[in-house]
Amino acid sequence: MHDKTIAELSAALAARELSAVELTQALLDRIEAHNGTLNAFITVTAEQALEQARRADERIAKGEAGALTGIPIAHKDNFCTAGVLTTCASRMLHNFVPPYDATVVARLEEAGVVMLGKTNMDEFAMGSSNETSYYGPVKNPWDTERVPGGSSGGSAAAVAAGLVPGATATDTGGSVRQPAAFCGVSGLKPTYGRVSRYGIVAFASSLDQASVIARSAEDLALLLQAMAGFDERDSTCVDLAVPDYRAGLEQPLDGVRIGLPREYFQDGVEPELAKVIEAAVEEYRRLGAEIKEVSLPHNALAVAAYHVIAPAEASSNLARFDGVRYGYRCENPRDLEDLYMRSRGEGFGTEVKRRLLIGTRALLAEYYQDAFLKAQKIRRLIHNDFIEAFKQVDVLLGPTTGAPAFRLGEKSADPVQMYLTDVFTIAANLAGLPALSIPAGQVDGLPVGMQLIGRHFDEARLLNLAHRFQQATDWHTVRPQNFE
Amino acid sequence: MPLRPDEVETIAHLARLSIDQSLIPEYARDLSAILALVEKMNTVNTDGVEPMVNPLEAVQRLRPDVVTEGDQREAFLAIAPAVEDGLYLVPRVIE
Repeated sequence: MHDKTIAELSAALAARELSAVELTQALLDRIEAHNGTLNAFITVTAEQALEQARRADERIAKGEAGALTGIPIAHKDNFCTAGVLTTCASRMLHNFVPPYDATVVARLEEAGVVMLGKTNMDEFAMGSSNETSYYGPVKNPWDTERVPGGSSGGSAAAVAAGLVPGATATDTGGSVRQPAAFCGVSGLKPTYGRVSRYGIVAFASSLDQASVIARSAEDLALLLQAMAGFDERDSTCVDLAVPDYRAGLEQPLDGVRIGLPREYFQDGVEPELAKVIEAAVEEYRRLGAEIKEVSLPHNALAVAAYHVIAPAEASSNLARFDGVRYGYRCENPRDLEDLYMRSRGEGFGTEVKRRLLIGTRALLAEYYQDAFLKAQKIRRLIHNDFIEAFKQVDVLLGPTTGAPAFRLGEKSADPVQMYLTDVFTIAANLAGLPALSIPAGQVDGLPVGMQLIGRHFDEARLLNLAHRFQQATDWHTVRPQNFE
Repeated sequence: MPLRPDEVETIAHLARLSIDQSLIPEYARDLSAILALVEKMNTVNTDGVEPMVNPLEAVQRLRPDVVTEGDQREAFLAIAPAVEDGLYLVPRVIE
């Protein structure tokens, strides 16, 4: 059961080959068996899950089931889940039980999913390796001495290990695509504004996007269908009709123009990984797509601009954590200032504090022009590069990362080394474009991912291209050895 | 430009973050490395370029000025660290 996709499980449930309760229990048992090793889950909601599964079985019996009824999933632990601990993998929220559901959580529950628990992540989504979590690092199921990627390491590892067939996640600078690449699964970051951010603990409000991880493009389409759409409660959510993502999956690729940005194929990509991507490009040629070289001249500045904008926005968003209304509070505060200083100083981990300091500095009057405003101008240039490229092609293709998953601790000494692992993913967040990563091959027995970036609100095309590749190849079906 | 330890302390205070004295030099070193990365932005001239705040150039949506939320005080008080008489409790502010 654990090796089936959501589409396969949905069909099996509808055909009464198994019940939602049986499926849920099987995966709960699997989580119990493997979470000690992987540390992918912070909270497992077994009782609640079985209750949801029972209700799903009732709906299925009455013929009232939809595509996701009875499907077990997990939510990244920065999605507020009413009555269920939501920690953002931080000491600051180690005791935070939200009184409300994120819109994405409510919509997926409405669609009938069964929530198995909350997944581990980098603290407050700040990280690229899932090593900054207050609850300890997540291990990559392909090699437990390696990172699963971050910040959505828990969601990616859980799906890769067959603990859940799908999981929600968030992507601010690559936090879904990079772990998807490192864990050999499929991850999609929708267009900014496509999915509601209401109830997702904010990191960088102009960059964050609710995202999804699963084992196939078809599964991503099923989940996105339930998540996407206008929400009044998120003022940045766009009021645009949601297409039928599943309907567009089978479209032939004749005439589709795929652009290869030359900046994604220069330095910073291991030769063996480059070969994997070249083979993927050939596959797309065989499928009928036209391949062209394009350029994104300002891509080299994306990481720099991001590490001004994201921390600046974070410094504003995380100002709400003050030990007063929720979350961690220091012992015996001397006065109000001491309450703030020590609740925050003790509640936040090192990487979070680093980013808050960088962000606070960038917004100071004496640095604002040269830091924050400058970064916003670079953002405009990066955005314009994409608009230019999309005049010549329909989709951009490149490696998701320059190398497969690195070892735990390998990049911890120098924060900048860690930041540079996002060199191919960050620009899409700055421009608000949809992007996904799917498994494209292996290097030294480790999965590597291919990234596709599309025009605003062109998720259907990305899913179509990913699906056609997955019909012609089987990299997305390969499982890590100990989790087959 | 490298960040001095006293600068780190000033910014930490502005951000209301207590940092152990012994760790300040390490923070100064790491933050300086990050600022060196950020310096890359200056390799391009951005005169005349409009800053981009929202990737979709969206304008803030407004809604009718009508009360839509109910009283949820009990729910909010239940998760607070310290409360009294329906209020959040903090150390004395006014002498």
